[in-house]
Amino acid sequence: MKKLLILGAGTAGTMMANKLRKKFLREDWDITIVDQYKTHYYQPGFLFIPFGMYSAQDVIKPKSDFFPIGVNVIYSKIEKIIPDENHVLLADGVVLNYDYLIIATGTRTAPEETPGLKDKLWYKEIFDFYTIEGAVALSNFFKTWQGGELVVNIAELPYKCPVAPLEFVFFADAFFTERGMRDKVNITYVTPLPGAFTKPRATKMLGELLKSKNINIVPDFNVAEVDNDVKKIVDYAGNEVKFDCLVSIPTNMGDEMIERSGMGDDMNFVPTDKHTLQARDYKNIFVIGDAANLPTSKAGSVAHFASEILEENLMCAIEGRPYTASFDGHANCYIETGYGKGTLIDFNYDTEPLAGSFPFPGLGPFGLLKVTRTNHYGKLIFRWLYWHILLKGKEMPIDSEMQMAGKKL
Amino acid sequence: MATKSIAGVNVEVNEEGYMTDASQWTKEIATEIAKEEGIEITDKHFEVIDYIREKVASGEGLTIRGINKSGVVDAKTFYQLFPGAPLKKATKIAGVPKPVSCI
Repeated sequence: MKKLLILGAGTAGTMMANKLRKKFLREDWDITIVDQYKTHYYQPGFLFIPFGMYSAQDVIKPKSDFFPIGVNVIYSKIEKIIPDENHVLLADGVVLNYDYLIIATGTRTAPEETPGLKDKLWYKEIFDFYTIEGAVALSNFFKTWQGGELVVNIAELPYKCPVAPLEFVFFADAFFTERGMRDKVNITYVTPLPGAFTKPRATKMLGELLKSKNINIVPDFNVAEVDNDVKKIVDYAGNEVKFDCLVSIPTNMGDEMIERSGMGDDMNFVPTDKHTLQARDYKNIFVIGDAANLPTSKAGSVAHFASEILEENLMCAIEGRPYTASFDGHANCYIETGYGKGTLIDFNYDTEPLAGSFPFPGLGPFGLLKVTRTNHYGKLIFRWLYWHILLKGKEMPIDSEMQMAGKKL
Repeated sequence: MATKSIAGVNVEVNEEGYMTDASQWTKEIATEIAKEEGIEITDKHFEVIDYIREKVASGEGLTIRGINKSGVVDAKTFYQLFPGAPLKKATKIAGVPKPVSCI
């Protein structure tokens, strides 16, 4: 009996468990998945919580709902991987062996990396919305806030779901407008990037959207510290931005277990071949989702597209064939722009987000780099698709490889 | 792609003035590019530039975090040495490609 071990039962790990249990014969392959937590969070939903559009209940389900029959599930902290011996050591001393290992331990927010961020104002006037705790605390804060300087700051690249902070300020604009207090709230978007996004066309489109909504942008700002007494953020060049409410996107790092295993880069992400998804230094280890150091977005859509590549290449590795699938870095992000509308971007390692229609050329129904009501419904419907189709490893009506058809150069 | 005469040498540069062949780089060229960027180059600058050239040669990415942890210079000093956009300026002077940010 051969052993496949999956570390991490988030979006990527759960999808792989479902796909591979269908693929592998039960009498040949033993599949085990390990995670320290029992709750699965629908993370795209965190964004909606501060504005009272979703409650915590809307984004929480037990992980056990999504594992297929015939997969061993272990809830335990992972001490470390010993890759040279094909062992994984769990926190309680249990040793798991593997023939093939899939690392899907994701990324976590690390507010402690920025001096003063997780200090006396944390969850009082300084928040994150990438954790359930932060999103709920911010929701409670907004209920009674009288207004002032609302500052959204991205600490460092890369960070999960790169469009979420933009969606946050778009939502904030609509939220405070609808409450009749937009004139009392000054919204500022402070980013280490030179503009609203990385790639030229999306940056232009999103930058204009920020401007039209009267949201200030402070680019090229690499935060060095947060001053809790004066309530300001300071960057390495000495620039300062004052806040009354700071919403931080803290530094993102890979799991600490990766560091304990000596397998990560300086942010604990695992060096991974960007096309084959094999760990750079180990033949029988593959990496999927946010845990990998791939030069693309850290997002569920990327993990989903990568899962099909990984499934194929894992079979190649097992059967001793050359790899037949190559990941292109495909990402697909619905972007909420407030007032029941949204936009959509679709891109990969080499092609920047372009205008057009998606997924069907000329037909849509979704519009790329356009603000439409249908795009917003796409995002809302996605929550259902996520729980019922995506996590269970079923077929989605979108190609894993990015398509050029329907796009305008 | 264009050719530019820097410190008396013809070097290949891209449209933003970044050298495209790191092997053409010399200290004299670095001094000249630094001047164009308004920087009077010192030994400390060269320590940072050597570190950047080594990192790029080994195929590793450049980040403010990486520089801060390099032991060569901390982030604040890095900003003082190359004011404004330190990574963009330092890579230009070091004769290596401008770092790309992927999110």
